[in-house]
Order: sequence, then C-alpha cells, then structure tokens
Amino acid sequence: MDFQVVVLAGGTSKKLVPLVSKEVPKALLPVANRPVLSYVLEQLELSNIKDLIVVVEGADAALCVGGWISAAYVDRLHVEVATVPEDVGTAGALRAIAHHLTAKDVLVVSGDLVSDVPPGAVTAAHRRHDAVVTAMICSVPVSGLSEAGSSGAKDKTKKPGRYNIIGMDPTKQFLLHIATGAELEKDTRIRKSILRAVGQMDIRADLMDAHMYAFNRSVLQEVLDQKDKFQSLKQDVLPYLVRSQLKSEILINGAPQGQQAKENGNDKVIGEANHLSGYNFSAQNNIIHPSAELGSKTTVGPHCMLGEGSQMGDKCSVKRSVIGRHCRIGSNVKVVNSVVMNHVTIGDGCSIQGSVICSNAQLQERVALKDCQVGLGYVVSAGCEYKGESLARKEK
Amino acid sequence: MGAQKKRAAAAAAAARVSEDPDDLARQPLQAILLADSFTTKFRPITLERPKVLLPLVNVPMINYTLAWLEAAGVAEVFVFCCAHSKQVIDYLENSEWFSQPNFTVKTIESHNIISAGDALRLIYEQNVIHGDFVLISGDTVSNMSLTQALQEHKERKKKDNNAVMTMIIKKSKPSPITRQSRLGTDELFMAIDPNTKQLLYYEDKADHSKGTICLDKMLLAENPSISLHNDKQDCYIDICSPEVLSLFTDNFDYQHLRRHFVKGLLLDDIMGYKIFTHEIHSSYAARIDNYRSYDIVSKDIIQRWTYPYVPDVKFCGNRATKLERRGICFTAFNSEIEQSRSAQVGSFTVIGYGTKIGSNSKISDSVIGEGCTIGSNVLIEGSYIWDNVIIEDGCELRHVIVCDGVIMKAGAVLKPGVVLSFKVVIGERFVVPAYSKVSLLQQPTVHDSDEELEYADNSSGTVEFSSIQGTADQSNGEMTSESSEAHKPKLGTGGVGYIWSICEGGQEEEWRHSVAPIPEDKLTELSEAMDDDQELVTQDRTALSTSGELISDSNASEGDDNEDSKDDSVYFEKEVEATFLRAVEENVKVDHVILEVNSLRLSYNMTSADCAGAVFYSMMKLAIKTPHSSASELQQNTANIITTWQKLLKSYLLEIDEEIEIILKFEEMCLESAKEFSPLFARILHILYDKDILQEDAILRWADEKEGADESDKVFVRQSEKFIQWLREASEEED
Repeated sequence: MDFQVVVLAGGTSKKLVPLVSKEVPKALLPVANRPVLSYVLEQLELSNIKDLIVVVEGADAALCVGGWISAAYVDRLHVEVATVPEDVGTAGALRAIAHHLTAKDVLVVSGDLVSDVPPGAVTAAHRRHDAVVTAMICSVPVSGLSEAGSSGAKDKTKKPGRYNIIGMDPTKQFLLHIATGAELEKDTRIRKSILRAVGQMDIRADLMDAHMYAFNRSVLQEVLDQKDKFQSLKQDVLPYLVRSQLKSEILINGAPQGQQAKENGNDKVIGEANHLSGYNFSAQNNIIHPSAELGSKTTVGPHCMLGEGSQMGDKCSVKRSVIGRHCRIGSNVKVVNSVVMNHVTIGDGCSIQGSVICSNAQLQERVALKDCQVGLGYVVSAGCEYKGESLARKEK
Repeated sequence: MGAQKKRAAAAAAAARVSEDPDDLARQPLQAILLADSFTTKFRPITLERPKVLLPLVNVPMINYTLAWLEAAGVAEVFVFCCAHSKQVIDYLENSEWFSQPNFTVKTIESHNIISAGDALRLIYEQNVIHGDFVLISGDTVSNMSLTQALQEHKERKKKDNNAVMTMIIKKSKPSPITRQSRLGTDELFMAIDPNTKQLLYYEDKADHSKGTICLDKMLLAENPSISLHNDKQDCYIDICSPEVLSLFTDNFDYQHLRRHFVKGLLLDDIMGYKIFTHEIHSSYAARIDNYRSYDIVSKDIIQRWTYPYVPDVKFCGNRATKLERRGICFTAFNSEIEQSRSAQVGSFTVIGYGTKIGSNSKISDSVIGEGCTIGSNVLIEGSYIWDNVIIEDGCELRHVIVCDGVIMKAGAVLKPGVVLSFKVVIGERFVVPAYSKVSLLQQPTVHDSDEELEYADNSSGTVEFSSIQGTADQSNGEMTSESSEAHKPKLGTGGVGYIWSICEGGQEEEWRHSVAPIPEDKLTELSEAMDDDQELVTQDRTALSTSGELISDSNASEGDDNEDSKDDSVYFEKEVEATFLRAVEENVKVDHVILEVNSLRLSYNMTSADCAGAVFYSMMKLAIKTPHSSASELQQNTANIITTWQKLLKSYLLEIDEEIEIILKFEEMCLESAKEFSPLFARILHILYDKDILQEDAILRWADEKEGADESDKVFVRQSEKFIQWLREASEEED
C-alpha cells in the first residue's frame, strides 16, 4: 500500500497537566488501563499497517514513548520514533519530518484517538476519490455517560460539545466548510462560489473532526512549505485546503481537487483523551481482572474496570470508574465516576468523585476529593477535602 | 382546531368583533391575488396594459392564476388591482370568473398603493380575510396541489402559533456562469433547517461583490444542522396565516414581500415568527417576473409542463385549440387560420384564431395571437406576437415580443430582445437594434434606477400614463402623423413610436432579462470574468499569506468588516460634528445634544468611547475654526469651548478607557488634521486635567502605554513629560 502512516503522539500536553508529566507523556497516559497510544497502534496493526512513524514532541517524551513501543510491540510493528521540538504544532511536526515522507499519500493519525473505524476505510475513501485530503468526521460524543450526573458532563452542559462547524454536500462525500477553534464563536461565512458549485450544503454543528487524515503528500508538502506560519493541521491546514478547493489549479499543482469526508455511523465509538472530561468515554463494561481482590460487602458497579492485582478493602463501592493495576484501596472507600491509575494507595474512608488520580499517588485516610486531578506520586494527607483542584508535586 | 383558529383570528384582529369559532373553522380557503407586480420590468408594455392581462400563450396571465386557484380549492379570491385597475376589473367582469359556482372573485381597487406591503395593509383594513390564505401575484403559473402544503401549514400552526407562513420553493439550480435562474431571476441563497423545513436565511438580491454568506452564530447554536441552498427557486406562492396581514400593519415600513417582510421576520427574534418552506418536486410553479421568464414560462406551457393549463385544454378564457403532431413535437393550431401551402409552421408553435400566414413564411418556437396577418417570406423565430399584428412581406423577427396592433412594414427586421409595445409602426426595411424597447409613449424622464424607489417610480408612471393616454385617444390620428414626422429617422419611413433608451444604470443588464437567449459571446465573456475573479482571489490569497497572515480567508473577511466599520465611524464622526456645530450655533441645551448624540450612537452602533472621541474631535475642530491670531489665543479658545461643553464630554467618559481614547484622538489630530495644536498639546492636556475631564490615571496609563512605542509616536509624551512627572509625584505623595 503506497501509504505512509504518521502517528502524531504529541508531547506533554499542557491541557492535561497534572495527569501528564515528564515521566508520563500524553501518549502513554492510561485510558482504561492501557496507554492511549496503544489504541491507535493496535487499530493500525489490525489494518495490517506495520510501518509507521510516531512523532513525539520533546526529547524526554520521545525516549519514554520509544522505550514503551519497543517493549510492547517489539516483534509486531516496525516503528520509527521521530523527535521534533516542543510546541511546533501538528503542522510543524509534519514539516520537520517531511524528508521521511516519500509515498504518494500520507495517513496522519492523532496519537490520542480511540476509535474502532479501521484506518483502511479512510485510506480507501481517499483513494477512491483521488482526493487531496480525506478527513474522518464523527458525531460529537455525548459527554460522559448519559445517566451520569457527572461533574465532567456538567461543565459542558452549557455548550453541548461544539468542536467544529462542518459543511458537506448532500451526499456527505465532500467537505465544503470547516470551522474550528475561535471561528466557532464568529458568524459563519460561507463562500458563495463553493455553494454555487454544489447547490446545496448541509452545515452541521454536531459533527467533529476526528483527527485522522489522509493527505496527498505532494499537496501537503507544498502547503507546508508555502505557508510557514501554519501550525496546526486541524486549525490551519485542513481549513485552508477546504477553502481553496475548487479554486485554482495553480496552487495545488493541478491535483484534482476534492476533499472527502467520511462520516461514521453513530454506533461506532470514538472518544479522545484530549480533554479532561473526555477521559471517561472508553470505559464501557464492568471488567474486573481475575487477580483483583475485593473485600467483603464491596461492590463494583457497571461501567467499571479493575486492573490486575488491585486490592480493595471492605464495604467499598466503585461506580463508573476505572481502577488501574496494583492499587491498594482501604475499607469504606467510595469511588464514583473517577479514574484511578496504577499503584495508587487509597486509605480507609476516602471518597473520590469525578476525579483522576495518577499513578503512584497516595491518599491517606478520610480524604474527600471532588472533581480533582491528583498528579503523579502526589500524597494527599489524611482528612483533606478538595473540590475542583489540581494537585501535583512541585517540579524539582 | 376551532379554538386554535379563534386564537389566530383574535391575534390577527384584536379590534375585530370576535366571531363564532365554529363559524371560523368552516372558513373556506381564501386567496389574495395581487394584480400588480409593483415593478417596472415589463415597461413599456405595462404603461398601457396591466401585466396580469398580458397574453401568455394567447391567454391573459391572470387566467392561469385564477384557474389554478380554483382547482387548488380556493373558494374566495380577492383580486387587488392598482395600476390600470379599471382594465383589470372590466376584464374580470366580462370574463366567466364572476359567474363560477363555488368560486368567488372580488376585486379591491386602490390607486395610491405603491407596494405589496401597502396592498396587504389595505386588505387588512377591509377586514375580509378570516383564516389562512394563499398570497400570490397575478402573474404566477402553477399546477401544484395545495393540499399537502396547506396541511403542513395548518399542523405547524397548531403546534406553534408563530409559524405564520409557508413558502413554496422548487428545485432549480442557477447557471454558474450568469448566476441567474432559468427564469431570469437572481440567484437565491437560502438556509433551511433540514428537519423542520424552517427558513433561516434568505438572500435574493445577490450582492455580487460579497463573496461569502454570513450566517449568524446564533443560528448554528440553535440548530445543529442547517442546509444551505443555492439550488432552489422561490415560486412566490405563500400560504399565510392571518397574522401576516397584521404584521404588515404593525410594521408599516414593510413594502416588499421578500426583501422586507421575509427578511424582517428572519431577523426579528423578539416576536419569534417563523417561516417555513414547502418544496414541490413534480408539479410546476413559476412566476413571470421579467421578459426572460415570460419566454421560458410560455415555452413550458407549450411543452405542456403546466398541464392542465395548456393550449389544447380548455380552461377559462381560452378557445379550444387543435393539436397537430409534427415529428415529435406539438404545434397548436386554432381552426380557421388561413395558411398558405408553402408556409412552414415549425414545432412548439401556437397560432391564434383567424390568423393569416402568407406563402414561404417560416414560423418556429413562437406564439402568434389572434387576427394577425403575416405576409410572405416572413421569418419568425422564438417570438411572441400578440393579437391583430400586421407583418408585411419579408420581415424577420427573432426572439422578440410584439404587442397588439403593431404594424411592421415590408422588410423590417427586429433583432433579438426587441419589445414592440402597442400599435407601434416599424418603417420599411428598418432594422430595430437588439434589446430596444419601442413604444408610442415617450420614456418617462424620471428614470430612477434605484431599486428602492421603484415603487414610487411605478406610481408616478401610472399617473403619467393616464394623462398621456387621454391625449393619445383624443388625437390619435393627428399624433401619429406628428410623431412619425418627428421620429422618422428613428423607426424608418412611416414608422411610429419612440425607441426607449436603455436604462443606463445598467445594473440590470438588458440581456439578462430579455426574451432572447443569452448570446454566446456574453457567456464566454462571463466565464472568463469568472476565471479572472478566481485568479484574483488566489493572488490575493497568496499575497496575503506570504505577508505572513495566518488564515487568509478570515483575515480577508475581517478586513471587509473593518472597512465597513471604518466607513461607519467616519460617517458617525461627521454626524456628531454636524450635531455639535448646530448645537453651538443654535444654542441648544447640553442635555438635548447628549440625547442627539446618544441616538446617533445607537443608530451607528458605536461605543461611548467612540462618542467621546467624536465629541472631543468636534470641539477641537470648532476651536481651530474660531478665528485666532496666536497660539495662546487658540489655547484660550480651546479652554473656553471645553469649559462650555464639558458636561457634554463628561457624559461619555464613563471609564478610563474613554478618557484614554480622548488623548489618543487628540494625539491623532495633532499629527494629522489639526497640526496647529501640536505645540499646545501639553497645555491642553493640562486644561483637560484641570477641568476634571481627564483623570490622572488616564493620563498615566496613556503614558505607560506609549512607553514601548516608536520614537515618532512618543513626541507628545515627551512634550508633556513634565506634566506627567508632576502627576506621578502628586499621586505618590498622596500615597
């Protein structure tokens, strides 16, 4: 297959502090007890794509990610880890590795994508239409679980998840308009010439860009070369290509113009660990590892996950939460709507709601957390109560 | 249902005596037919005959509309007549429409009405509409069934009292080159909610300079999905609730049904009235809006798209025609035409009763009226010849409209797009240039191409017409000879009539709306222009992006915005200045001036900082205009003016930002428009401080802001350095 695959694994995202840190870059952040990057890699592996370039921002993060990949996929994938400077943006990252790209088309996947859409479907659509760019578009996920009065969902109720404004032709094949970021807050402007060409355009605010793109390499490189200010694929490059389609052959080297949109059916699960509240999406079933130990009268509700070797004391209750490996949880602990990563120690009588607790953290007795993030290895002392705070060790 | 209706009716007519709900429920369907289009597109023909009575395939247009209304189940039609109302009423009285069972036609007459909005207001006053009604103009041809649209309208109305109108639309993609529909109307942009079919955006008068459609962000916030359409055509058939009439009455400035009413409702989110659309797929609906649509609709009728309203089916007002099959096409003949053996009548042609056609004449794709005499060797192609026209030997007519009683002398030629109004005589072998309009009446001298004034123009046209007609009738023969004398060179030997000069405004280029097909060279020209446009855009784009702009498109659009707002602010400044000067001259009270400036501020949508800037600007302008001989005198003048008007200025200085705005404004003035002030900058700043117009915070903030600026920008900071220093020390002391 004349496709090169680039996985943009990012670096240490600022949005996810304190969940990510130097030791745990975003790509390795556990989602349902697996590093988020593994979802993409495995999905690619299923499509029989074994040669890929993983782009990581920052040298430290690249070391971590590279180490993890070579350990986990040693015989299975042929992965090249490329390091780019921090804060170059997605477009900058591609620009930096441009010399590696030789194939006719490039599939660019965000490293934090959790999806069951085979990448092959995107590449096939791309080829079928001989498109310049094909973007995968999905419906905006319902925040959190529907029955959850979860705090994560509450923040979002004000604005029921608007990520993009997307215009497509009636057959949903051609992407005609895309607005991201700050443009969402402005009035939507649609070029009349594009509308004239298609006659009808459906504008949807309930779709979003899923960050999986197939690009025509020559066009992509030309755009990256010419527009050296473009930082982000989704905010600069894609809107630019969408805008300039049907316009001139000069700029895009006579390549047949046409952007494809591939819309997923609603039954497919797509989540992205990009936002704090989006973190819970992928927890689906009640999965308890056989080696986990539960004390008496401890209940684990539906939509929960309990990793291997974790121990729970008596009279605990876990609802809609994910608990990682080798955690020690005392008695009378309530965990609701939260994520507890690996090797976390939780003392007796703690109550944890809507929070994320990173690996190696320690919660002493009777700690009450609500809507908090606890960073790597942080120790919450006994009896503390926090609400909506972000707790992390001071950087040394 | 009854209660619903009652509420609707009550809303429509609060003053009306409340009627029995049951009575209302049984209300038969009513329709308002506007027998006047309130436009001038069919001039000069409409100077002599109302548009609704113009023959369309030998049947006056209004008959198509009335026949359809009757078939669609409308029980009562109010025909609103304005221009040439007498002709319309006379025609209807003599027609069969007044004697139909279960179908009543009533006429409403008015002469001082200049727009559809006025007409509807008048009808509202007459209190004749009691339920849902169909609003249509008398130039609409349709064969659609109203049942479904009406049903949908009623159901929506039941659920949501604000759903006041259902617009009928039809798919029709405008040509990408000419950007007009096949009916010759401008391209239409609509946004429709795909689920509810609610109309969210309507833009018909396409402003070609604007390359983008701007959808309000609120629209998308409320509707997760919107369909934008460029491929729909407005059929100008509306199903309205009675509220529509009262809305017109409430908003007395609504004139045009689409431009004002529809847009007004879409923009007005206070009342929350909603307009919905109903798309028809297999049936026909079109409005004859210009000569091109006259041509297209005529062809559609001949080609039977409008069945049952076709020449060979008898509906009210036409005579039975016989249909002959010629090859695969139809030609409709009336019995009793005298046709020479050698004459060739081609396909898609309708020839009226009692018409004589000479030998070797060729007629194709045309409509010829009753009682015409066509000589030998005449060529008629794609033309519309009305009744009693005499065409002598050897004439050539291509894509023209020839009205009643025209005489074309031998060998005359009409180029494409010509319109000959009533009783014009074209001289021998005279060639009428393309797109000319020829009439016995002179072109009205007041020719305002401004769309806004079209209505006014129209009314004056009708008045003028009646007077001209009077004289024309009195001295018919005399005048003919006279004018033929005067205009001999214009229409050839024996020719009678005036060639109207083509409106030079040119915003409606003639070829767009004429009966003639769009000439090839225009099309190539346009498509080339289109390519050029795009290249330009691209060049702009690259130019922009090389200069380091990130998102060229949004920047470009922002640029537009800025320009707009810049224009606005310039106007605003001028207005404020004028207001202020008037206040000074007429000694208006400060409070009143504040009121006036406030109203300006609202109308231009400016902030109070803008006001402060503009007021200050006007004050300084006044100071500089007051005669003075030296700088100190100027300073004195300024001080006086500031003292007199400080109240005015202060009323806009709510925050520190506004004060800073004043300093910036002053700086700008010193640099540009009023350099005389520049040496006085520091002193006047001091005056402003003394008068409590500027607080020290503002001055210090301004100085701080300027800290990082270019050297050239700092001139005035330097100048007032001492003063600033003093201020700083003073504030420190206070601390």
